[in-house]
Amino acid sequence: MDCSQKNKMMPNGSMRVENLFHSFSEANGNVKVLNGVSLEAKPGEITSIAGPSGCGKSTLLYLMGLLDRPDSGKVFMGDLEVQNFEDDERTKARNHFIGFVFQFHFLIKELTAIENIRLPLLKQGKDEYSANQKSNELLSELGLESKAQRPAYKLSGGEQQRVAIARALANSPKYLLADEPTGNLDSSNSEGVFELLDRMAKQTGLSVILVTHNEKLADLSHRKYWMEDGRIVI
Amino acid sequence: MLCFKLAWRFVIARKRPMFLSLAGIVFGVSFFVVTQAQTSGFEKFFIQTILGTNGALRISDRFQDTYGTVEQVDDDGDTRFLFHSREGSLYHEGVDQPSLIRDALDDYPELLGVSEIIEGSAVLDSGFRRKSIVLNGIRWEDHLQSSDLNNQIIQGTMNNFSSDQMGVILGSRISQRLGLKIGDRVSLVGGTGNLHLRVSAIFESGVSQIDKNRIYIHLITARSFLGSSSGGSVFQIAINEPEHAPGLAVQLQSSLNHRVVSWQERERVWLDVFKALRFSSAITVSCILLLSGLGMFNVFAILVIEKTRDIAILRSIGFSRMDISAIFLWQGTIVLVAGITIGSLFAASGTYLISMIPLRIRGIFSTDSFVVNWDLNHYLWASCIAFVFVAVATWIPARRAARIEPAKIIRETL
Repeated sequence: MDCSQKNKMMPNGSMRVENLFHSFSEANGNVKVLNGVSLEAKPGEITSIAGPSGCGKSTLLYLMGLLDRPDSGKVFMGDLEVQNFEDDERTKARNHFIGFVFQFHFLIKELTAIENIRLPLLKQGKDEYSANQKSNELLSELGLESKAQRPAYKLSGGEQQRVAIARALANSPKYLLADEPTGNLDSSNSEGVFELLDRMAKQTGLSVILVTHNEKLADLSHRKYWMEDGRIVI
Repeated sequence: MLCFKLAWRFVIARKRPMFLSLAGIVFGVSFFVVTQAQTSGFEKFFIQTILGTNGALRISDRFQDTYGTVEQVDDDGDTRFLFHSREGSLYHEGVDQPSLIRDALDDYPELLGVSEIIEGSAVLDSGFRRKSIVLNGIRWEDHLQSSDLNNQIIQGTMNNFSSDQMGVILGSRISQRLGLKIGDRVSLVGGTGNLHLRVSAIFESGVSQIDKNRIYIHLITARSFLGSSSGGSVFQIAINEPEHAPGLAVQLQSSLNHRVVSWQERERVWLDVFKALRFSSAITVSCILLLSGLGMFNVFAILVIEKTRDIAILRSIGFSRMDISAIFLWQGTIVLVAGITIGSLFAASGTYLISMIPLRIRGIFSTDSFVVNWDLNHYLWASCIAFVFVAVATWIPARRAARIEPAKIIRETL
C-alpha cells in the first residue's frame, strides 16, 4: 500500500460495530454466536469486553479485526465501513491499522524476539534499519532490550507476551485487539500488561479493545461491555 | 525477500525432514546423471567406433526404377487411357562408374572424406592355417579421410602399408588366429589366383565381426586380384555432421541413382538397443525422483499442519494468501536448488569415479574401462525432472496453507 492509498483508506476515530450477527455452520446446523452486537471503542481508551466463556467475545474481536466476515451488520474504522472489504484490502488494513494480541503469545518460534517484532514492519515495506530501530525502541519500552536476540521459545511466558504486544504495536496501529492477553499470566504480570496497554493508549491515541475474563481488569477500563449469549447486556 | 527469509528460517529449523527431502533430490539427480552418462557414453563410443570403421554413409548398389503400365481398353478395342507407374527399383550390385560418382560427390561440401573401396571374399593362408576373410581394397590416403583406421592400428604403421604395394593390414583377430606378425608373408587365395602379401600393420576396431574378417590391401592390388578393372566398388563417406546423415543419404540417393545407406540405418539394431537402455534407466531413476517428490510432499504437508498457527498469525499481521504460498514455495525452492547443486556435484564425482573402473569390452567396440559421456544436457534433464516433482510436491501444500482461515485456527487453538 503506497502513501496515497494508505491516506485514502486511513481510518480516523472510533472503531464501531453495528448490529453484528454471526453464526457458525456445524454438523447439527447453524449455531448463532452473535445476535445483533453494537459497540464503540474510542481512541486513547481501553474498551473491555467481558463475559462468560462461549458468549461470543473472541468471535466479535475477530470480526472487528477483519479476520472473519459477519453474516450481517457493519464494522466501522472511523468513517470507513470495512466489513465488506475484499481479501487483499483486509490484509492491508490488518497490516497498517490493526494489532493483535492473543492469550497465547503466538510468537514464531524459529525467530528471535526482535525478528518477531519487526515482521509487520518489514511486511509494510520498511527497510531493515528502520524496522530494527523501531523494534528496539519497543523492546526498550517493554524492558526487554537484553532479550532482543533471544529465540522466542527461550523467553519466559511474561516475556513472550510482552514481545507479542510489541509486535502488535510495531506497525503503530490505530486499533489494538487483545484477546485475553493476560489469561496466561500471573496477577502481577497481568497488571503490568494492562498498565502497558493503558500507557500506549494514552500516549499514542491507540484504541485498545480488550477481551477478558478478568473482572478487575475490565473494571479498570475506560469503557466496559458485558456479553451474554451473543448480546451486549451492559 | 521477507518470504524468502522466513522460508530459510523454517527450512534450517527443520533439519531432519529437510535433510531427508534434500537427500532424495540429491540421490535422484546424481543417479539420473550417472546412469545417463554411462548408457549414453557407451552409445556415443559405439557411434564413434562405427563411424571410424565404416563411415557415416556408404554408397553401394546402383538402382534402376521399374515401371508398370496401366491401360484401359474399350469394347471396340480403342485405348481410352494408358499410363506408366513406378513400381520399384532394380538393384545392380556395386558402383558401375566410380569416377563419375566421385566427381558428383565433389559438389557436396559437407563431405569430409570419400574413400572408394572394392570388396571381395578370399581365403588368407599363413602357411599353416587358412581363414576366410573379406578383403577391402582401398586408396590409403582417401581412406584415412573417411575412417579412423590410422588410430585403430595397434601394431605396425600406416607408413609400412603405404610404401608397400603388396602390404596388407589385418584385423587383430585374424592375426591372432593365423599367428601373424608384422613383416610376415601371407597368401591371398581366390579371385584370379594367389597373391603374396606382407603384413604391414594390424588394426583393432573393437567390432569383433570386422576384426576377425576384414583385411585392407591397396585398391590397385585388389582390382587385379579380383579381376575387376573399374566397377564393383563401394564408397565410404565421412561427413561434417554425422547426425545429418539420413537426410544427406536421401539427397545423394536421388541424385546419384545409387543406394546410399546412413550409419543410423545400418546400425539401427544396436542404436535401438542403446536407446531402450537409456530410456529404461531414465525411467528407473525418475522413479527415485518421484519417490523423493512423494517424500517431500509428505514433509511439506506435515509442515503445513505444524505451521497452521504460525500461518494464522502471519495472516493476522498482514501477510496475504500469496505471501503464505510464497513462504512454502520458497522452502521447496531452497531444497530443490540445494538438491540439484549437491546432486550435480555428486553426479560429476560419481561419473569420474565410474570412468576409472576397469572393464574390458570387445565385440561392438573396444574399451578397457567404463565409457562415460560428459553431457550438460543430462544435468539439465535431471534438474527439470526434479523441478517438476518438487514443484508439485510443494505447490499442493502451499495452496492448502494459503487457504487457511486465520480466525478458525486461532479460535481452535485457544
